[in-house]
Amino acid sequence: MSVEVRRTGEDLELELTGEWVAERFAALETALASVDLAAAQQLSIGTRRLTALDLSGAWVLRRFVRRARAAGAAVRFLGTQPDQLRLLDETLKEEGPGAGGRSPAPAGPQPLAAIGRIAVSAGRDLYGALAFGGRVSATLVASLPQPRRLRPISIARHVYDTGITAMPIVALIAFLISVIIAYMSARQLANLGADIYVVDLVTIGVLRELGVLLTSIIVAGRSGSAFAAELGSMRLNEEVDALTATAVDPFEVLVVPRVLGLVIALPLLTIIADLVGLTGGALLCRYLLDMPLTQYATRVEEAIAPTTFWVGVIKAPVFALLIGLAGCYRGLEVRGSARELGRLTTVAVVQAIFMVILADALFAVLFMELDI
Amino acid sequence: MIYPALEVEGLVNRFGRQVVHDGLSMQVRADEVFGIVGGSGAGKSVLLRTILGLQRPVAGVVRIAGADITRMTEAQLRHIKARYGVTFQQGALYSGLTVLENVQLPMLEHLELEPAALEELAMLRLRLVGLPADSAWKYPAELSGGMVKRAALARALALDPGLLFLDEPTSGLDPVSAAAFDELVLYLQKQLRLTIVMITHDLDTIFRTCNRVGVIVDGRMESDTLERIVEHPHPWIQAYFHGERSRARLGAAHGA
Repeated sequence: MSVEVRRTGEDLELELTGEWVAERFAALETALASVDLAAAQQLSIGTRRLTALDLSGAWVLRRFVRRARAAGAAVRFLGTQPDQLRLLDETLKEEGPGAGGRSPAPAGPQPLAAIGRIAVSAGRDLYGALAFGGRVSATLVASLPQPRRLRPISIARHVYDTGITAMPIVALIAFLISVIIAYMSARQLANLGADIYVVDLVTIGVLRELGVLLTSIIVAGRSGSAFAAELGSMRLNEEVDALTATAVDPFEVLVVPRVLGLVIALPLLTIIADLVGLTGGALLCRYLLDMPLTQYATRVEEAIAPTTFWVGVIKAPVFALLIGLAGCYRGLEVRGSARELGRLTTVAVVQAIFMVILADALFAVLFMELDI
Repeated sequence: MIYPALEVEGLVNRFGRQVVHDGLSMQVRADEVFGIVGGSGAGKSVLLRTILGLQRPVAGVVRIAGADITRMTEAQLRHIKARYGVTFQQGALYSGLTVLENVQLPMLEHLELEPAALEELAMLRLRLVGLPADSAWKYPAELSGGMVKRAALARALALDPGLLFLDEPTSGLDPVSAAAFDELVLYLQKQLRLTIVMITHDLDTIFRTCNRVGVIVDGRMESDTLERIVEHPHPWIQAYFHGERSRARLGAAHGA
């Protein structure tokens, strides 16, 4: 127990005992809440048996004392009034009616204003992205005449980080996907007795679309997020400001090498994905359909047009550009908090993947019009 | 209290071949302000991390209120951790939370409070450290350097600790804000009867607030009262207290 209550007529005497500390906050509150203040004229509070009183304990006591005074009781302390109460009174005395008020509560749902806000922020976003792309192009063009300013070492590092280290996962995914396609189509085509067309499906599917698309999505997840997180934490750490302050253009040393590195790495990764994909198809045809490898190779040659391979690979630099720009743009947008960093990294990856797929759709239309 | 508030004995910390602490011992008495001083790389931060239980020492004993924390499990440490407050050099406020939520977080984790009391108790801490009420709903990124330090102090006081660790509480503040912060620390120390351990380079802070000072030299600690430590013959301590930058301060302190 932390309170002993004695009642003599209109006099109420409380003896506080034990530790009145933050850890026992809930117990203290219930103990005081159960004290019946009705009909009490005089409230005496004894503190001699109190072994510890901290700020939270004092706060509970102060609230109780105020409640008692509001109920019309005269409050006095037996012995000295604890210092902590005086400290609280001092700290809280200039508490005006407005002080400690809530921040302006968010207004209720206002659909029209919300739509407007979304439109404005979408417009700003688009403008910002265009400005960013423009600035990157301008920086690139300005540094083209001086190869040193293109930072070849930095580019090489990013080719390594985004390309070489991604090879195992890209190869594995390409292999599995081609096996899945071959397996699925083999079962369907077998009904028609057209097994041989499995080869066409795998070859054209992997070379034209899946090789480059899946590689891009993996790279967007791997490197797009890495760009955003890296630049974002540099922003939080004021490293970007430090670069600017020493008259080093962050676009030149941070953004352009990353984007260029990715533009070099992604087509190479796509070629690897194509190779591994065709190999996967070959293995499946050999062991599932009992098709000799020579027949597979001949069929591959018949199936592909001279352009099939290039139609896929040509898309890779464009996708790389989109992924790199999205990652760097969102990364440099980070302001203030770790939560922003997480949010913008997510946005970077989602937008990169979305733009890659959108661009792929546009390419599909373009190639159809070009009849290749 | 029978125990010293904090006691370190024969502490040894090594990273690879580099010896940071080589039998460091210190004692902090209840209700005093103890300043820890040392050159850059002398191991002040490692010492603090060891005391806070963030890393285990190679050898030695760290007692907080008589209990050796180097032998404790995480679950046992949880209780000890609720009894001390820490402010970090850069504030280390949680950037995704408002100032008020920063102060409320330790309370939410350790105490059982209803929402109204939670908010009022947190506001009380903010007023105690002299933060204006409207700063409660700001995010750490929107605060000035001095306000970050105060908010960090408010968070450190959230659980009414008896022991407070301050890591470079006045670094990065202008002299006026730093002096105001010193006064705040002294005021709180008196009012709340805190035991304070602070790491600092700021001579003004040391002379204004500290009762005793421990200097880390050669992996050990030389500690004494402020008046006596300045006379210590160790060359680094001499250089520290009698260098160009401190002569004026010493003269002022002794003259007063």
